[in-house]
Amino acid sequence: MTRDTARTARLFTLIAGGMVAAWLVVLNFGALGAVAFRAEGFSALRGADWAAVRFTLVQAMLSAGLSVLLAIPIARALARRQFRGRGLLITLMGAPFILPTLVAVLGLLAVFGRSGLINQALEWVGLARFNIFGLHGVVLAHVFYNLPLATRILLQGWAAIPAERFRLAASLGFTPRDTFRQLEAPMLRALLPGAFLVIFLICLTSFSVALTMGGGPRATTVELAIYQAFRFDYDMGRAALLALVQFALCAVAGLIAWRVALPQALGGGMDRAVQRFDTGGAALQIWDNALIACGALFLLIPLAMITLRGLPHVVALPAEVWQAAGRSLVVALGATGVTLAMTLALAHAVLAFRGGAFLEWLGLAALAASPLVIGTGLFLLIQPLANPRDFALLVTMLVNAGMAMPFALRLILPALRDIRAAQGRLADVLGLHGLARLRIVTLPRLRRPLGFAAGLTAALSMGDLGVIMLFAEREGATLPMQLYRLMSAYRQDDAAGAALVLLGTSLALFWVFDQWGRTNAEA
Amino acid sequence: MLRLESVFIRQDDFSLTMDMSVPAGTRAAVIGPSGAGKSTFLGAIAGFVPVTAGHVIWDGQDMTGQNPSDRPISTLFQDNNLFPHLTAFQNIALGLKPSLRVTATEREQIDQALARVGLSGYGARKPAQLSGGQQSRVALARVLLRAQPLLLLDEPFSALGPALKSEMLTLVSDICAETNATLLMVTHDVGDARAIADKTILVADGHASGPFPTAELLDNPPPALRAYLG
Repeated sequence: MTRDTARTARLFTLIAGGMVAAWLVVLNFGALGAVAFRAEGFSALRGADWAAVRFTLVQAMLSAGLSVLLAIPIARALARRQFRGRGLLITLMGAPFILPTLVAVLGLLAVFGRSGLINQALEWVGLARFNIFGLHGVVLAHVFYNLPLATRILLQGWAAIPAERFRLAASLGFTPRDTFRQLEAPMLRALLPGAFLVIFLICLTSFSVALTMGGGPRATTVELAIYQAFRFDYDMGRAALLALVQFALCAVAGLIAWRVALPQALGGGMDRAVQRFDTGGAALQIWDNALIACGALFLLIPLAMITLRGLPHVVALPAEVWQAAGRSLVVALGATGVTLAMTLALAHAVLAFRGGAFLEWLGLAALAASPLVIGTGLFLLIQPLANPRDFALLVTMLVNAGMAMPFALRLILPALRDIRAAQGRLADVLGLHGLARLRIVTLPRLRRPLGFAAGLTAALSMGDLGVIMLFAEREGATLPMQLYRLMSAYRQDDAAGAALVLLGTSLALFWVFDQWGRTNAEA
Repeated sequence: MLRLESVFIRQDDFSLTMDMSVPAGTRAAVIGPSGAGKSTFLGAIAGFVPVTAGHVIWDGQDMTGQNPSDRPISTLFQDNNLFPHLTAFQNIALGLKPSLRVTATEREQIDQALARVGLSGYGARKPAQLSGGQQSRVALARVLLRAQPLLLLDEPFSALGPALKSEMLTLVSDICAETNATLLMVTHDVGDARAIADKTILVADGHASGPFPTAELLDNPPPALRAYLG
């Protein structure tokens, strides 16, 4: 009998993993096929489209380059200083990852916008206001997002340098400059290309930042151009062609990233305190503190502005906002369930079968996928059968689930591998297979990464503004979409209130799931 | 009877041959130099190490190629014998019902097994709240409850102090007597072998041989064993 359950479990793993793999192929490549089919025979790209390609590459380069360059001194200062609240600051630097883009944009506008803090100060001293919209606005928003990410990646590099090396350096009388040359520079050389590529990839598929911070045709990304061709020009052929261009960009960047080991920015171990001896004199101390303060303020002021501006307006928010929030919550929870189920099935299949590495690659492929391309493809696939607008929320949920999958897989697969190594044989001799093994051994041991992955997925999905813009009509908007409408209608107060609701919900979702993972996850 | 029929195992540049019969009820120590393949020897019987050629037969039944859980075997590994997130009671219950859905009678059996290893009232504790010796007892209670005819020990007590270890070996010996189990026990300590194993299997130079009467073997060791014993 046990023999049968073992075999059934293996068969089930194969079927479930195969189904997930098939769905991922449809999502990442099938949609593209539909797009390619549709694009056939349509006229070539216009000049404006090539401008969008150029702009996409330039802004991604600038954003990634600036984020990484600025992250080096900040991470270096954080690595060699100990102070109260250091751990909290490093944790906070993980927050932009789950911060809804529109919330970040609103926060940045409150500081750098037309009537933001800086322009008010400029006017007060009698200088001209500056305009935030355009290339520099897009790059600013991307740096706001990715500077903390880059800092965390580099901090891990610093944490990976053994404490004994710093001790040796101190005993040899290294100056901070010597330490940099001998210990830190080699680490940076190994880490920087990967960090740059990760951020470049993220910025390549930028949609909502370009939508809100871009300035008309001169500052349009390919993703935004797809949306405009789709929604405003009703030119499916051109939208499809642009989708192919975007896919090519992502595929090339993804292939390069495949060759360079991408750093893991989600893990822990960054707040390890290493005793450092190269802390230099008072000048260096002041310099480091200033750097850390600037980094913290750049992150915190926009968030504080959102809270301050939004708080008075939350109570008076119109009913549509709350309805949209409810819809977003459903989408986020649905996406979380789908992501976890798919990730578990795929991770089991990756470990159970030869050729599992291919499944792993497929699960990570969405890192380089473009939600707008997938959305366009799904729209074209559904169109002959039904009205795509009726599936707006479902499609948003499924695409969000697919987009979160790489992160969930990178969290869950290594943990599952560890469980197999430590307790696999014991479970085998006891005849624990299939659902019993999942319930009694795997899920309880996976609780922590599961909670973290669920929190990430829920928060990312809650704040996502992408595919929904292709599908939804006036009715059935999600909260980010509703927020975008309020912003475009210049209803500043309602927008500020809605942004705070969105921020609160996203953070709360993350917190609840992550906390669930942390409780009872002993031993 | 356990019969190893011209069994041959190859893993990269390591190989092990074994051809022997171990009568039912035997208590045999498995000794030999580090890296000679003692764990591989047990792993082949338990079903964790695939056999390149030959047959592993228990009571006339060919077990070669069977899943570990389908073999009439209880195994205690060097570590990871308990799930850290389950209580002692649940860890033992897994030996009866992998689904953990136990009936009232089974619940009683588990409590009896806990009492038998001297851990009455410890059922609700998790492994982290138990000492090393108590953890071993929980694992042994599960062995007792499963009552499989073959018991394989891969040095599960090596981290315990001498007094505790001999206590555990006595318990193992008693459990084997109660369940009529055949015992194969890897050890680095010839004292263990003399204490509870009347037979000894020698794994050295890519070959498992025996079982030999323990006292005779240890008093007149062949060259390979002499080099190991020093």
